[in-house]
Amino acid sequence: MTPRLSLRGVTRHFGTVTALDGVSLDVAAGEFLALLGGSGSGKSTLLRVVAGFEAADSGSVHLDGADLAGVPPHRRPVNMMFQSYALFPHMNVTANIAYGLKREGRPRAEIAERVAQAIAMLRLEGMESRRPDALSGGQRQRVALARALVKRPRLLLLDEPLGALDANLRERTGFELRAIQRESGAAFVMVTHDQSEALALADRVAVMDRGRLVQLGAPREVYDRPATRFVAEFLGAANVLEGRSTGGGALECPAAACILRPAAPLPEGATAIALRPERIRLGPAIGDNTAAGTVEEAAFRGESSLLLVRLAGGALLRVSHAEEDGAPPERGTPVRVSWDADAVVPLLG
Amino acid sequence: MRFALRLIPGFWLALLVAAPLALVGLMALSWQAEGVPPYAPPWAGAGINPDNLRLLAEDPYYRDALLQSLAVAGATAALCLLLAVPMGIAIARAGRWREVLLATVLLPFWTGFLIRIGAWIGLLRDEGWINSLLRALGWTDQPLPLLYTDGAMLLGMVHAYLPFAVLPVFAAATRLDPLLEQAAEDLGATPRRAFLSITLPQLLPSLAAAFLLVFIPAAGEYVIPELLGPPDATLVGRVLFQEFFQSRDWPVASALAVALLALLIGPIILFQRLGRAA
Repeated sequence: MTPRLSLRGVTRHFGTVTALDGVSLDVAAGEFLALLGGSGSGKSTLLRVVAGFEAADSGSVHLDGADLAGVPPHRRPVNMMFQSYALFPHMNVTANIAYGLKREGRPRAEIAERVAQAIAMLRLEGMESRRPDALSGGQRQRVALARALVKRPRLLLLDEPLGALDANLRERTGFELRAIQRESGAAFVMVTHDQSEALALADRVAVMDRGRLVQLGAPREVYDRPATRFVAEFLGAANVLEGRSTGGGALECPAAACILRPAAPLPEGATAIALRPERIRLGPAIGDNTAAGTVEEAAFRGESSLLLVRLAGGALLRVSHAEEDGAPPERGTPVRVSWDADAVVPLLG
Repeated sequence: MRFALRLIPGFWLALLVAAPLALVGLMALSWQAEGVPPYAPPWAGAGINPDNLRLLAEDPYYRDALLQSLAVAGATAALCLLLAVPMGIAIARAGRWREVLLATVLLPFWTGFLIRIGAWIGLLRDEGWINSLLRALGWTDQPLPLLYTDGAMLLGMVHAYLPFAVLPVFAAATRLDPLLEQAAEDLGATPRRAFLSITLPQLLPSLAAAFLLVFIPAAGEYVIPELLGPPDATLVGRVLFQEFFQSRDWPVASALAVALLALLIGPIILFQRLGRAA
């Protein structure tokens, strides 16, 4: 089956800066993909290339098999929801939502019907004649979404769709976004710098770093098996430990003063592993995958506490201590930490 | 002390605006007389003189002068606007050239007003640069009548008032969100349609302000029509001058000034409303 969106080797330079460096990925019809990365990772540039606001220096962008090179933004069957929402300030909610349908030259009755549907779907009833400056942040976000969705795009691009919302509104709106995506059947490509947003909403997460796509996979896969040091640290702030191969499929780590033994033998050439804070236990253990240290800091975080444990070899380990496991040790307490072999994830770069 | 501070602007307003205005209003109701000043106030014995204002309403000479002045001011403001819209938007979007271009628009203010008018005369007169060039190229043998025409007058007016039109458009254009046009294009609008349906409507208050900012002072303009315009043009500024200094009929001249002010009060109020709205 032809993918909805297909990128091949998309590269874009701004002066001497490489914003996109040979990005290739496919998005299936009806899929929700999150482009996750920090600022300067190229994720927003990628979105603007697909929308047609930036041209790729090289590489190709295909939508349902059709090459989009040279197609101006207004002729692309792709719509974008802007981070600032970019609502038209001189038009009310209805006119904002109807704008795209009017440009298609749809009959008046059809426009009215589809706008009413979009208003119902996004719970904007009663707001029809308000201007954007008379709406709350959450309402504006929904108008922006309605304005893009009412065109029934084959692909909807969302630039930090939840970024401008309050924390308490973000979770609920995220679930709504997910439901709307399933309901509309459109493929969604969402740019975000928030890893929990990407993991919670997307079918697949594409992690970007300095213009490159560094890992692409299902949220759990990307979280549990980060491919590189960047992904491990960016998603869930994993501990990264370096060492030398013991030759026996394990890694000897002087900074942790222990042997790190993954479930499957360590791949050739790997010199670092990732270890998630929540996979580390306190308590005595023997053999490999255990180390001794001292609690240096303890921070209460609600459902868990974050401990910073200074290991005998000098490394500082982030350990997540669940509340249900009892009160966390005080600062200065000597502890032993251990973890399962499958928590040790070899990194390949 | 604070009360006294607040009195100071009131004092200046009273001295520089209210008092002259009251004096002109008084003169409009006075009688022409021999002497210095050449008018007799209502309390000198003859009472209020209603003839000056009546004359304006009845004599087509004065009425036409007022109407023609408004027409010239309207044409000047319209031409200025036509130039100011692309200029204002382009300067607002010029990135690092913005300050340089803005300074260029304001540059004429740095040279004397009369020198600039003199330059136009030097360009436009029969032996001026333009006619000399046309003759040197062999395109004409008779000099084209350029100076002392309506065209020369409008050229001078537009040149003098253009910065007043560019500045409000520029200021409004800098406040526009460039993403809005992109959003419109993303929703299927051609760039032209995006400009007409998104950018232009947002600039409308500033366009009205720019128009009025030119129209209001241009309606009373005296020097430019006098130096560049046709000799027979009877604009209100010229009629005022003639009544004051040639006929020495201060009461009629004052009545004319009051009439012009009355005609401009509507646009002035409109301009202030727009200023508050923006």
